[in-house]
Amino acid sequence: MSAPLLTVEDLEVSFPGRTGFTRAVRNASFTLGRERLGIVGESGSGKTTMGRALLGLLPRTAQVTARTMSYDGTNLLTCTERDWQKLRGRRLSMVMQDPKYSLNPVMRVGRQIAETALLHLRTDRGDAKRRTLAMLEAVQIRDPELVYRLYPHQLSGGMGQRIMIAMMLIAEPDLLIADEPTSALDVTVQNEVLRILDDLVRVRGMGLVMISHNLTMVSSFCDRVLIMYAGRIVEECAASELQNAKHPYTQALIAATPSLDVRRTELATVTRDPEWLK
Amino acid sequence: MSESAEGGSVAVRQNPGRQAAKLASRVGSFVLTLAATFVGLTAVTFFISRLTNIDPVLAIVGDKATSAAYDNAYLALGLDKPLIVQYFIYLMRLLTGDFGRSVLTSQPVLADLLRVFPATFELATIAIIIGVVVGVPAGVIAGATKGRWPDQVIRVVGLFGYSVPVFWLGLIGLFVFYGKLGWVAGTGRLDVFYQGVVTQRTGVILIDAALEGNWEIVGNAFSHLILPAGILGYFSLAYVARMTRSFMIDQLSQEYFTAARIKGNSYWRAVWRHAFPNIMVPLITVIGLSYASLLEGAVLTETVFAWPGLGLYITRALFNSDMNAVLGGTVLVGAVFITINLVSDLLYKLADPRLRAS
Repeated sequence: MSAPLLTVEDLEVSFPGRTGFTRAVRNASFTLGRERLGIVGESGSGKTTMGRALLGLLPRTAQVTARTMSYDGTNLLTCTERDWQKLRGRRLSMVMQDPKYSLNPVMRVGRQIAETALLHLRTDRGDAKRRTLAMLEAVQIRDPELVYRLYPHQLSGGMGQRIMIAMMLIAEPDLLIADEPTSALDVTVQNEVLRILDDLVRVRGMGLVMISHNLTMVSSFCDRVLIMYAGRIVEECAASELQNAKHPYTQALIAATPSLDVRRTELATVTRDPEWLK
Repeated sequence: MSESAEGGSVAVRQNPGRQAAKLASRVGSFVLTLAATFVGLTAVTFFISRLTNIDPVLAIVGDKATSAAYDNAYLALGLDKPLIVQYFIYLMRLLTGDFGRSVLTSQPVLADLLRVFPATFELATIAIIIGVVVGVPAGVIAGATKGRWPDQVIRVVGLFGYSVPVFWLGLIGLFVFYGKLGWVAGTGRLDVFYQGVVTQRTGVILIDAALEGNWEIVGNAFSHLILPAGILGYFSLAYVARMTRSFMIDQLSQEYFTAARIKGNSYWRAVWRHAFPNIMVPLITVIGLSYASLLEGAVLTETVFAWPGLGLYITRALFNSDMNAVLGGTVLVGAVFITINLVSDLLYKLADPRLRAS
């Protein structure tokens, strides 16, 4: 693998609260090439916060420090708001969780997709529309001309998420962060959306960060997996090696996934050890 | 999400026959609502007016009348009939535009209303324009800079508008801008010199004078209007800005706003292009209600500026037990509210695709 796309060293994110600071991400270090990296962990383990930190989109109150945080030669730590605007959407982008909330309800979906193109590519309205229609086709929308004119409430969840993918990929970024892209969808359409996402990322040779709490999905979909617990990256391993994970938390997570083959009356739970925190 | 569609086959088209039937039923239910509101409004005002122990006969014949004259008037007014019959007679008269005669002005109430309402309309309209043109952007900016200095400045200015009594502001305004600086004209709608020059068409002096091309009078009327309208506008501005601010704060924490920024929109572009269109429905409600309450007439402002408007008219009628005038004024205010609600409903559908059809 050539020089990494993304390098993060000692990332710390904390939020001020009434009783001092809450450290949402602690000492996180990882690198990413043009590969698929899964980030797995329970709710509140800092996955989403880390994803948003990479886009410079944490709330104003958040304190972000790191030894290094660079993306393809750009130092993200010293980015101005204007620099970020050039990066977001164009160089790195993000698919959010629930299309019901992440699409603007009063704007036609076609315009929402075309907007990303108009913001970043030197293009006019007509060309942006052509690109949008092509993009809609790429996410396997059957009647792009019709869907272009629809509003988000007229779409199903699966269609909405494909619109979201189209909107975030139209300006051809090199890295996509997918923050639980299928957990708001019906199980039946989850695989379809994942397959579309997979195809596009593969064809364009993009890097992908897949944030999820679904171990099975991540291990079959990604090359490498980071396990997060209480803001720390507790384990990093190849997705194929996940079954042989060493950290007790990871082992507990794997054990907590019920198997269809073994009959059980009681599900395994994760017993936490304070030792994990240092 | 019953009309959701999968894969591109979308169920948004309907056959025209069903659409026509839908439209007819919607118009029908609208007319029914309108009629019910109108009957309710007139019933409440009518029966309340009859509950007061004001003798409508005495108000007409005076206390020196003979008992024969009194009885004649009593019968002529139909007061011997049951109350419910009296109400229907009143309702029928209203429908033919007969609001009765005002005791105070000895004019038909309808003629009075047609004289005073345009004055209030002129004032309220300029005021709400100021309230919206300044208040909405101020509210958006305050909401988008929550807790930082632009927000603080806008909130303090708004709070001042909220808490200072209008008569004080009116008197100080007259003292400074009319008395000391001479930038604006004084009380009333026109200088005495110009009164009666323009033929009344709409009753709104700005429009009537403009129709005749008499720009001198337009200027003079504007100079009289700007101070009271500015003060009323300041009040509605304070309210509109405050509400806009809180609507915006709600929207800025929504996921679609973050998504808009991930696409590469600047913060302010996302605020105006994405968040702002999403507050239209509640904003229209707030503006509609502000405008309606301004059209009711602002008694204090009209008093300070000797502005012959609806608020002053109804207040005077109340003090003099001029029941026909009070009833007429109430019906007019009710009609204003119904109209504004209707217009708001139409605007909602323009502003939010989720409220259209189906």
